[in-house]
Amino acid sequence: MSVKHALLALLEKPRYGYELRAEFEQRTGASWPLNVGQVYTTLSRLERDGLVEAGGTDAEGRSLYQLTEAGRVEVKGWFDTPVERTQPQRDELAIKLAVAVAVPSVDVGKVVQQQRNATMQALQGYRRQARSGAGDDLAGGLVLDRLVFAAEAEIRWLDHCESRLRRAATSTAPEPAEPTEGGPR
Amino acid sequence: MSDPVLRLTDVSRVHGTGAAEVHALRGVSLEAYAGELVAIMGPSGSGKSSLLTIAGGLDSPTSGSVTVDGQDLGEAGISGRAKLRRTSVGYVFQDFNLIPALTAAENVALPLELDGAGRRSARDAARVALEEVGLDGFADRFPDEMSGGQRQRIAIARAIVGERRLILADEPTGALDTETGEDILKLIRARCDAGAAGVLVTHEPRYASWADRVIYVRDGLVVDEAGETPSTVFAVEVEG
Repeated sequence: MSVKHALLALLEKPRYGYELRAEFEQRTGASWPLNVGQVYTTLSRLERDGLVEAGGTDAEGRSLYQLTEAGRVEVKGWFDTPVERTQPQRDELAIKLAVAVAVPSVDVGKVVQQQRNATMQALQGYRRQARSGAGDDLAGGLVLDRLVFAAEAEIRWLDHCESRLRRAATSTAPEPAEPTEGGPR
Repeated sequence: MSDPVLRLTDVSRVHGTGAAEVHALRGVSLEAYAGELVAIMGPSGSGKSSLLTIAGGLDSPTSGSVTVDGQDLGEAGISGRAKLRRTSVGYVFQDFNLIPALTAAENVALPLELDGAGRRSARDAARVALEEVGLDGFADRFPDEMSGGQRQRIAIARAIVGERRLILADEPTGALDTETGEDILKLIRARCDAGAAGVLVTHEPRYASWADRVIYVRDGLVVDEAGETPSTVFAVEVEG
């Protein structure tokens, strides 16, 4: 994911590189850590493109960056435009399951179960973060909610996959199959 | 490691006979320890609700055994099971199961009064439980004067009143919006953190994730489990 626009938007107020990174991580509940090198690389590209400019130094002599007028227009455009959803990003899990169905030696039911456990554990982790206060601040809470909703959707989808696989297995079986402990084969 | 509050050993439940025979549960074993919340997930008809009614002594297994706080429900007999339900087991249902003609406090005090507690002490305990679920000031309201979320809070107060050791919740968030549902889970979780054992039946992953362990049931069998094992939960507790 490109963090260019997020960093740009946070330059509404002039900031230096470390401060910008800290602000980004605090806002997003530290869910997507940035290294400071990434931040400075992004800043120099933004400067090259005329979206930010040097904004003097602070009391400690640190170089500040600030938005240019073009940068403001860019930020407004970002907020005014929905995130692109018509061209879904490559989804490793969907690809893995699709391929698993086609490869006879793979136990698809097991792939589904393992993933569901892993995603449930991630969801339990978000829950622990929320209970320890990570979501108390509004911005961090929204990000945490986003992660919870996404994990929840994935588990629901995996449940759905499991049901479809079972139905498919039953409809192709020669005899009405007894349910087996390991789920669909 | 201490004994579990709830222990199901190889529990099966068969409804009907012959061609109409339905195996709701096929040899399920499950334990829930003090301080632990266990979630049970599975599609409709998987047996998850049967499991809960058997754990709570509302139904009896065809074979296998159930113990609550070390007491075998089969040996306890009908009156023993009824007493256990009044004193040790708190049940929360999707549709609240409140008595409309009784106030919030009267609903919560009812199991204690049925168990022979004095009216005054039962009402006092009910007020404490209502306070715990954030309903102080609502004691004299009737259920139909309250929202769905508030009604479920009354039901939770009724399930925890009198220091119950086992909380069984069957889709307690079913009729509630996400935020209200989360509040209900927070209450159940808090009670488990305070030392009760909890079993939550749900089909919603977000609520199941409040649990320490998530058990998947399908066709009357436990097919999978996610989360920490009871021994690691307990080890953390001991070290903490």
